[in-house]
Amino acid sequence: MLTSFIQPEFKVEIDRDKCIKCGRCVQQCGWGVYSFAERPIPDDSKCRACHRCVTYCPAHCITIKRNELVFRDSENWSPALRKAVWRQSESGGVMLTSMGNDKPYQRIFDYLVLDACQVTNPSIDPLREPMELKTFIGRKPDSVEVESDGEGGYRLAPGAGMENNIELATPIMFGGMSYGSVSLNVHKSLAMAASRLGITMNTGEGGLHADLYPYTDNVIVQCASGRFGVDADYLNRGVAIEIKVGQGAKPGIGGHLPGEKINKEVSTTRMIPQGTDAISPAPHHDIYSIEDLRQLIYSLKEASGYKPVGVKIACVHNVAAIASGVVRAGADYVYLDGFKGGTGAAPQIIRDHVGIPIEIAIAVVDQRLRDEGIRNQASIIAAGSIRSSADMAKAIALGADAVAIGSAALIALGCHVCQSCHTGCCSWGITTQKPELTRRLDPEWGAERLTNLVHAWSHELQEILGALGVNAVESLRGSRERLRAIGLDASTCEILGVKPAGM
Amino acid sequence: MTTPMRPAYSQESPFKIHGGCGLVGICDESGTRFSGSVAIEAMAVQHDRGNGLGGGFAGYGIYPEFPDHFAFHMMYHDLQAKEEAEKLFDEYFQVDLAEPMPTRPVKGITDAPLLWRYFLQPYPAKLELSELTPEDYVVHVVMLINSTIDGAFVASSGKNMGAFKGVGYPEQIGHYFLLEEYEGHTWVGHNRFPTNTPGWWGGAHPFTLLDWSIVHNGEISSYGINSRYLEQFGYKCTLGTDTEVAAYLFDLLLRRHKLPLALACKALASPLWEEIDRMGPEEAALMTSLRAVYGPALLNGPFAIVLGFNGGMVALNDRIKLRPLVAARKGSVLCVASEESAIRQIISAPDAVWAPKAGEPVIARIKGMDWPIHGDLHLAPSEISCAVTGVEASCEIVEVA
Amino acid sequence: MMTTATGPVEGYVKVAPTVTREGDTATIDGHGVYYRQLNEAVRGAFADGAKTVKLGNINGQRYIGNGITGKDLRIEIQGVPGGDMAMFMNGPTIVTDGSAQDGVANTMNAGTIYINGDAGDVLGYGMRGGRVFVRGDVGYRVGIHMKAFENLIPIICCGGNARAFFGEYMAGGVLVLLGRNVQFADQPLVGPFCGSGMHGGVIYLRGEVNPQDVGKECGIFTADEQDIKVLRPIVEEWCAAFGDDFEDVLSQPFTKLVPVSHRPYGKLYAPM
Repeated sequence: MLTSFIQPEFKVEIDRDKCIKCGRCVQQCGWGVYSFAERPIPDDSKCRACHRCVTYCPAHCITIKRNELVFRDSENWSPALRKAVWRQSESGGVMLTSMGNDKPYQRIFDYLVLDACQVTNPSIDPLREPMELKTFIGRKPDSVEVESDGEGGYRLAPGAGMENNIELATPIMFGGMSYGSVSLNVHKSLAMAASRLGITMNTGEGGLHADLYPYTDNVIVQCASGRFGVDADYLNRGVAIEIKVGQGAKPGIGGHLPGEKINKEVSTTRMIPQGTDAISPAPHHDIYSIEDLRQLIYSLKEASGYKPVGVKIACVHNVAAIASGVVRAGADYVYLDGFKGGTGAAPQIIRDHVGIPIEIAIAVVDQRLRDEGIRNQASIIAAGSIRSSADMAKAIALGADAVAIGSAALIALGCHVCQSCHTGCCSWGITTQKPELTRRLDPEWGAERLTNLVHAWSHELQEILGALGVNAVESLRGSRERLRAIGLDASTCEILGVKPAGM
Repeated sequence: MTTPMRPAYSQESPFKIHGGCGLVGICDESGTRFSGSVAIEAMAVQHDRGNGLGGGFAGYGIYPEFPDHFAFHMMYHDLQAKEEAEKLFDEYFQVDLAEPMPTRPVKGITDAPLLWRYFLQPYPAKLELSELTPEDYVVHVVMLINSTIDGAFVASSGKNMGAFKGVGYPEQIGHYFLLEEYEGHTWVGHNRFPTNTPGWWGGAHPFTLLDWSIVHNGEISSYGINSRYLEQFGYKCTLGTDTEVAAYLFDLLLRRHKLPLALACKALASPLWEEIDRMGPEEAALMTSLRAVYGPALLNGPFAIVLGFNGGMVALNDRIKLRPLVAARKGSVLCVASEESAIRQIISAPDAVWAPKAGEPVIARIKGMDWPIHGDLHLAPSEISCAVTGVEASCEIVEVA
Repeated sequence: MMTTATGPVEGYVKVAPTVTREGDTATIDGHGVYYRQLNEAVRGAFADGAKTVKLGNINGQRYIGNGITGKDLRIEIQGVPGGDMAMFMNGPTIVTDGSAQDGVANTMNAGTIYINGDAGDVLGYGMRGGRVFVRGDVGYRVGIHMKAFENLIPIICCGGNARAFFGEYMAGGVLVLLGRNVQFADQPLVGPFCGSGMHGGVIYLRGEVNPQDVGKECGIFTADEQDIKVLRPIVEEWCAAFGDDFEDVLSQPFTKLVPVSHRPYGKLYAPM
């Protein structure tokens, strides 16, 4: 009997005239597309279109094309849906995928435009005048209490002033990605870059490898439902602790790192035996209600000498009320992960159909916290597909204090968004633990690329601020007056607190 | 023929109003009162900084016969608005005098609203019941009138002070209100150049709340977040002007958060991070907290502001000096203006004329008057006005502990 | 002590001023005259063959000397001229007996200005030629985007202190700061962001500068023999104009700021 109806998605074409039969493609492909019999022979069905072979082919003779196999037209039964039914009827399994939601939902950022100064107020030249991006993440008092310093000046009153905050040189953080889901070299690249940039990387839920200890001034350690690698030492190493309640790619869903990815290093870092599956439960089993979250937040603070504790949640329908509760529970920041956020592995049905866009979430959370007079009590970090400095500027204008980037950081390191992280075969050495693949990513090279990316986005943000006539990012933060919508419906505009262009 | 729509000031400006301007502030620190025509003269030479669509003044010490009453200067679109507002006054206040504002016809001044003034005191029992300070009680009524009574607008509401403003050049408006007949120890004046024109009198400056009056030149590019920040504290930014936002910010920082003036100025025009990095640890901690906490209050973009109040005035520039401001002193008189010519017009042979530094306040303080601002001032010698001239008397004033 | 008008305050009046002529010199009483009528009278006097125009009782009138061409023409101002004095000016000499407001010598092409007092912000914006001498302090953004072109080399020499952004994105010419006639002795010679974005020309500061206050595009040097040769005639003229001791002014070492690159932003953009 025929085992599968499913035809390859891509076609690998090799220009035989150009091919020098060096076998580099065979060696580079993580998915075993190529076999070699006098010349490379591709198996199209294994190809993920990750372009590793294309990039490294010295003869530039490889092309990956879409398999243009025609299906009878149906707007309702797309080829992808037909293939999914076939695949599930073959296996009885849940469709697994990676990276973020790729469905054609409206990308609200692309329907928002920024303002600029003309005549009545001047734009500012960011290249020659100060243009400040420094950002503090964490709880701040509602006002500053001072006392006389006895010499005619003032100083902070005892116990007044800002609480322990995370200082960022630019309002960009690297989002949580665990060691295990990504390679140690990825973690090293992120940590080195964060250290050089004066920002933070985030361990994700897989613990902190000892190689990262020199960079812990720029590391946020995560505490998730699986509690991998979490001990008092870990909690004290970072600049802050993040409780991961949910992530945008799979709200309400736990995680599962297969035993074959738990090698010795991962095992040591996560503090679990080699070869066993690392299972993250869907909920924290010590948080079944909001008061439990408060208990965990303060437990982490107690254990860490009162470091800032943030809470990462996936953006879901009631996100404003949830975020308000999170802030009232004592969180120093609330990390909002929109439904286009990435992941190493998620059920496709969840990734593509659960959650709400980050733009909406920022708007409603920022407004709710202001309405309740608690906006100063916590920072808002926005994530879930921040794709450019424009997205960042718009997120900040909607009310975010900073953005976190995960997918963009991986793309900087070579990720081609082939959505196959869950296979553990990443040819770019990013989402794999296979030593022959992980060594492809040199941490020094990776750190430089990440540093360049964040510098470039920061420059661009400065250009935007200059055009807006402000010279500090806090004057853009929450300034929705500087945004206009083009082609968004009235209720979306109202929710965003943004006027349509022309008004 | 349709009757013109009655303006709902609460909805007057759903959008930001743009504009440029000229300004002046004059204060005699000895407390000697002088005629409002001095302020008119200073504004008249800055004629071209406005476009005739808004001019105004505020004077302090002008109602010595009612020093402890809240003086409400009202603008009404029609009699119905007046009736509604007066009903509210009767509900909240003992009205000791209600009268039309004295005015004279002036060529070019048209479409004036009904202008009335009231001298009010909160009903003690009602005040007690409200559990508010008298000031917050008054603010509550001001917000109530401006946001709920269509066609009524509170031009000013402080004690022993008043705002006189309208659509026209300031020299016309001053003449219209017979300002030469008023004497005050402090005057601020404003010339407006709005680039979109609601064309109504309430939109002219100064903007006031309680004793505070603000005149302002420049456009604050951070208006969006400044106004959202204020809304958190119950302020309603109904006018859409930077001046309104600046006034509320001063009220929030000085009166409600009790920040010393010097620090409130640092919150509104904060030092740069690289300047903070060079400070000693104690000062750096203070400034870092101030910036982090009051980031949404930072007035970003070009501005020169004069804040008047009973007891003196403060002038402040944005932190990278994008709008003009000149200061001068002669004896006990301190004067600030957008242009030196405005100062020269009213003060012959000043003891000193100087350009204030970006983000550093210029302060005038009236001798013997309560300083309504929490804490005292700490300024570098060159910022203390007396240091410029070496006038002993004013040194005393400035350094009162 | 404060002047108080009776009756309506008119401000400037839009009538032609009184002009009296004596030989080459025309004298104009500017008291209360609107700038337009005043400047018409100035241009009219030059058109009538006057070589010197003396302006009395000036207070705040804008655009004096604006766009006037002619090397041998001279304007003497008593009082405080308004904004944009000598904008687009091409050749004449202007002397003030006191301070000037903002925007002097904006986009000026040629000529000489002597200000016997302080000057405000944005002095010499985009100035392409000519010379400006200020007796005392100057404000923010002085010499901003000054530029040189072929034989046009603008020069600004300020006698006092300068505020922030001195020589901001300067593209050419010579900017000198002497720190002699300062109003506030406790303030630094020059404010922060000096020479920020500078990519041409040279700045000379009499004394030392805090490197933190200098734009990252500038190299900081001590002025050498060659530099003194450039400085000498400028300082000489400044001293002659304002009665200072030339040798004493030159006795202190000067700091020289020059751009390290003519293309400071050449590497800002990602190659495509």
